[in-house]
Amino acid sequence: MKIEDVVCTFCGCLCDDLVVEVEGDMVVNVENGCTLANKKFMGNNRLKTPIKRDGGNWKKVGLDEAIQTAAGILLDADRPLLYGWSGTHGEAQTIGVHMAELLGAVIDNTSTVCHGPSIMAIQEVGHPGCTLGQVKNRADVIVYWGANPIEAHPRHMSRYTTYADGFFLKEAFRERKVIVVDIRKTETANIADEFIMVEPGADYALLSALRAIVRGKGDVLPRTVAGVEKEQLIRVADICMSAKFGAMFFGLGLTMSRGKYKNIRNAIELTEELNRHTKFTISPMRGHWNVYGSNEVFTWITGYPFAVDFARGIAFYNPGETTSVDILKRGECDACLVVGSDPGAHFPGDCCRHLADIPTIQIDPHVNATTHLSRLQIPVAVTGIDAEGTAYRMDGVPIRTRKVIDTTYPSDSEVLDKIYQIIRKET
Amino acid sequence: MSELLIKNACVIDPLNGINGDVMDIAIRDGRIVEDVGSSAEVIDADRCLTLPGGIDSHTHVCGTKVNFGRYMSPEDMRAGRTSRNGSMHVTSGYSVPTTFGNSYRYSTMGYTTLLEGAMAPLEARHTHEEFTATPHQDMMANTLFDGNWSVMEAVREKDVKRAAAVVAWILSAAKGFAIKLTNPGGTEAWGWGEDVSSIHDTVPYFEVTPAEIIETMIRANELLRLPHSVHLHCNNLGVPGNYRTTLDTMNLVPDLNSRRQSLYLTHLQFHSYGGTTWRDIDSRSEEIIRVVNASPHIVIDMGQIMFGRTTTMTADGPMEFKLYMLHHNKWSNHDVELETGSGIIPVYYSKKSVVNCVMWAIGLELALQAKNPWQCLLTTDNPNGAPFVKYPEIIALLMSKRYRDQECALLDPRTEKRVPLMAIDRELDWNEIAIMTRAGQSRALGIESLGKGHLAPGAEADVAIYPIRTTEIDPSAQFQQVMAGFSRTMYTIKRGRVVARNGEVIVEGANSTIWVKPRVSHEYDLGNDPEFAKKFQQYYTVRMRNYPVQETYLPRGVCIETEADL
Ligand code: SF4
Ligand SMILES: [Zn+2]
Repeated sequence: MKIEDVVCTFCGCLCDDLVVEVEGDMVVNVENGCTLANKKFMGNNRLKTPIKRDGGNWKKVGLDEAIQTAAGILLDADRPLLYGWSGTHGEAQTIGVHMAELLGAVIDNTSTVCHGPSIMAIQEVGHPGCTLGQVKNRADVIVYWGANPIEAHPRHMSRYTTYADGFFLKEAFRERKVIVVDIRKTETANIADEFIMVEPGADYALLSALRAIVRGKGDVLPRTVAGVEKEQLIRVADICMSAKFGAMFFGLGLTMSRGKYKNIRNAIELTEELNRHTKFTISPMRGHWNVYGSNEVFTWITGYPFAVDFARGIAFYNPGETTSVDILKRGECDACLVVGSDPGAHFPGDCCRHLADIPTIQIDPHVNATTHLSRLQIPVAVTGIDAEGTAYRMDGVPIRTRKVIDTTYPSDSEVLDKIYQIIRKET
Repeated sequence: MSELLIKNACVIDPLNGINGDVMDIAIRDGRIVEDVGSSAEVIDADRCLTLPGGIDSHTHVCGTKVNFGRYMSPEDMRAGRTSRNGSMHVTSGYSVPTTFGNSYRYSTMGYTTLLEGAMAPLEARHTHEEFTATPHQDMMANTLFDGNWSVMEAVREKDVKRAAAVVAWILSAAKGFAIKLTNPGGTEAWGWGEDVSSIHDTVPYFEVTPAEIIETMIRANELLRLPHSVHLHCNNLGVPGNYRTTLDTMNLVPDLNSRRQSLYLTHLQFHSYGGTTWRDIDSRSEEIIRVVNASPHIVIDMGQIMFGRTTTMTADGPMEFKLYMLHHNKWSNHDVELETGSGIIPVYYSKKSVVNCVMWAIGLELALQAKNPWQCLLTTDNPNGAPFVKYPEIIALLMSKRYRDQECALLDPRTEKRVPLMAIDRELDWNEIAIMTRAGQSRALGIESLGKGHLAPGAEADVAIYPIRTTEIDPSAQFQQVMAGFSRTMYTIKRGRVVARNGEVIVEGANSTIWVKPRVSHEYDLGNDPEFAKKFQQYYTVRMRNYPVQETYLPRGVCIETEADL
């Protein structure tokens, strides 16, 4: 059976035009998706049942026992951390936040190790953005800064930017100019009209130089800035200012390099300056398919997009203090629930060691690096394959993911709700 | 079966012509009934003011831009926070509270029904998710059509029926309630960083004018027999001299509906400015209200501003950018493909700013000069003019000349020459306030027949009992008591159940979402139109089949099906 308009739950592009062929409870073919999508839909080797550590070994346990154990660990903890959330649907995230509220826990999502600094910059200066269709239909200038979509968001350029024909650009590839800024010549840089090779850690200076030119103060600049010739900067600023509609996309290359949130602030302020001349927007390339959804859900319930601490009863937010990495580094939390992410693969070593020292529970379909740090893992259905639910695309467009096959796995929300109900009774 | 009897209620129920009678109200299974049995639960209202549940006919509480207002403003989140308490969740935020914050604060003020002022259809699912998390009010969503490409194409073809068909399909798909036009044409122009500056400017590429969009949509609205009229945020919001645009707009409106207005103009305070720049801005409330008074087919809401900190948020992207150019604080913008835009900036309204003083005066003047309170409803365009928690202060200002004088004495001294407020003696009465905060909204929104905004048998049992004895206080002098009284009900009853008492919400809510589905003939059902589908596929970034909001997002949806003339 072929199912059309299937939503890919891999990256923040959240492509919703996949055609998936299923046979029984197996996906046998995927059309329209990129290789990442194919891997996601066709991959198996899922964990079959919940597993619990028993001395040095893993022991299979039933779902009910696993849920009881998880609830018990969280109820016993003084300072539990509920982490992850970017790999699950909004309904599960909602339960997570309410659970954190009851437990007086810290709840944090993967923004903490990716676009957290971007969010902090937005909290200082705002965010002039738009939906991706606005870019596809109008933008004649595209900037990728510290982002390599060909690898991380393979269909971003074909669906939304470089190659996407739109209403006002019938032959996008010819009519659009693409500018790429990066520290090395990436695959994306190869197709750029202008490639700016910036010295590592010098993005801030480069952004400031562009702002100066846009402001008409280019005279003050030296011959090269951040390893880039002034002539090129003037040329690029000119392309941006004479755009009818410009759209900048930035990735972790800008967010996580030296300067961090200050870089993003500078990029947003450049965008704002450009709006005095023409139309310009800026958008982060959000990585996980529903990381933006976790920011949205956290925000409407707690007021903050990530790193929310309920220990004082109220919702408290202070990145650097209430962010997971900092809490783990301080050895502060005494239990951790991981949902829909793999901190074992992304967190610094000392954080991982602490996760291994405390009772860590993982809710995830697959065995991954975090499994090795956990005491208990509950496999669940994969949202977008055997479970459905809400996701928010990188630009904030909410899409309901589809369920294409039936399996016996419970969904994230079913498991979390069972744990939540136990906690509710006990608190 | 659950029964409740409210005894000794001093009832003001303008839709039923009841003005201050002390009576009992019987409730069974969420509806008002003639009487109940002797085992009914009894509440003694003790001769206190008892009104139908409050209805806000224009507020921004849920959806993409509201949530972005929270997201970008941790300083606002810190400015109002409460911890978990009984059945109340944690809340954060002052001007843009979290969904539960909005819901609890509205509920303790006696509000039981809200119309979200602006929802982009493409992002409707988000609005509905937040509606579910705003559990103590029944919710509706104004659905944005100001920059809708299919609508503008129909307008260009002078095809009202086609425009209506587009609205029908999108309204049903987005599970929206009414047609909202925010700076019609301007939001599309903003896709190129431009705006329109009069209702006769043409929109780039589409070659239609705001006037044509407004007129076509008013007619399409009636073809679809929608409960509410077109809900308009005029062009040129906040621009000195914009009262001319507003007058031009009001002159366009045909009288097409005998039950309610044909056009609802929202937050008119922001559209009643004279002058040419911020230096010489003055009040033109008199010119505006003269036309309103002569046009029974028009209803407006105030859009009152109140001094202090707040956050402005609107689909009017270009206006927010202009405002940002004045304030230079922080600015967010979010254009929505093929449909509309939006912008957000924080502001501080100061008594030391003559511009802000003029704005403050204009809102009050509109309400005080409107002959018919059914035509001028109380709003702040929450949170644009002020957070809704300021409503009790506004009520007190409208009821007390003395309070106004006291406040006017604190304004920038230049204000007096620019506004007529100081010369207006009128003080509104309890009945007029009841009209401006619930009965008028019910009629203007067309939800009277759902049992909203009144207390006759058959009505929804949404009731607010305030600790105010209207016979014992003189609002003109005791305005502090008026303010305190409206800030916190003794009881808020939602669908027959006490949900809030003395400022505390005591149960988990279970609201409904009211949406509209116009039934059209096969020929006008765009779901069957290959041309519409093709364009959709080409230009939207979401597939047509993934666009409609599934019913699972409206766990207690109430669908109003209309028989369209199509
Ligand atoms: S670009 Fe991202 S969302 Fe689209 S198919 Fe590839 S992995 Fe999936
Ligand atoms: Zn509004």
